[in-house]
Amino acid sequence: MKNIYKVLLLALIVAAVLSPLASSSPDGLERVAEDLGFLEKGEGAPVIKSPVPDYVFPGIENEAAATAAAGVAGTLATFGAMYLLAKSVKRKNAGEIKGK
Amino acid sequence: MHIPDGFLDAKTWISTAALSAGALGYSIKKSREELDERQVPRLGIMAAFIFAAQMVNFPIAGGTSGHLLGAALATVLLGPWNACLIITTVLVVQCLGFQDGGITALGGNIFNMAVAGVLTAFLVFKILSAVLKGAAGRSVSIFLAAWASVFAASALATAELAFSGTVPFSVAFPAMAGWHALIGIGEGVITVVVVNFISRLGFADSKADAGAGVN
Repeated sequence: MKNIYKVLLLALIVAAVLSPLASSSPDGLERVAEDLGFLEKGEGAPVIKSPVPDYVFPGIENEAAATAAAGVAGTLATFGAMYLLAKSVKRKNAGEIKGK
Repeated sequence: MHIPDGFLDAKTWISTAALSAGALGYSIKKSREELDERQVPRLGIMAAFIFAAQMVNFPIAGGTSGHLLGAALATVLLGPWNACLIITTVLVVQCLGFQDGGITALGGNIFNMAVAGVLTAFLVFKILSAVLKGAAGRSVSIFLAAWASVFAASALATAELAFSGTVPFSVAFPAMAGWHALIGIGEGVITVVVVNFISRLGFADSKADAGAGVN
């Protein structure tokens, strides 16, 4: 439909195709934590359990496929969450702004 | 630079959570003044794109990687108030769904990336784009806004780690600043490319960033 949805499609392609190719090296903060010896402070059990820990979709053997599935699920979940939040933020003000 | 559980002490995560809650409330209030029906899907799509892009770690140097933050991307295209809500939404989904960033560090992560990252991107872009004219000037402004947003967020993260007694600031800052100065280059390049690409797909054809006083 609209062009902007091509960006959503692009996001899904990035999540499905590029995310399994991502570098698995530590990021800047992890690297510093490792080098300066405070990484273990963050290695206790997480305070809450996530359904898809570390972007590996449970129940999928192939690691690339599990990452791609996690990426697609997360991209859609993020779209949905943001859409609903934006919708609720917008709606409350619809009366004042809409002059039509 | 998503801080996990265990890096921040209670006084630090409680105070950053309080600051973030205040900033979010203000962002929602400001977004409400300018958000119209047409913008709603754009916010969703931008958040989805940033979530996806954040999964793609790129190698920088010495066995270290970085990934897009997206604060400047969202700020340039949709204004700072919407950008704050977008980056916050991404961080909440990552934390709750994917164990990326601890729940106790969520307020800190939101403060560093969605509040300070966005604010830095906004200020740098607003100032530079007023001085640097033309398409090249706009790209340079976007690049530097993106670089600065990453650098500012990493400096704040370092301050929170130090405030928590996890690592002394003077020890951690040179390391954090060095890596994030490099990651910021990746942030700048990706942000310029993506802004230019998706602007053509209708992301910048509206009064989208009018509220930001940019463009």
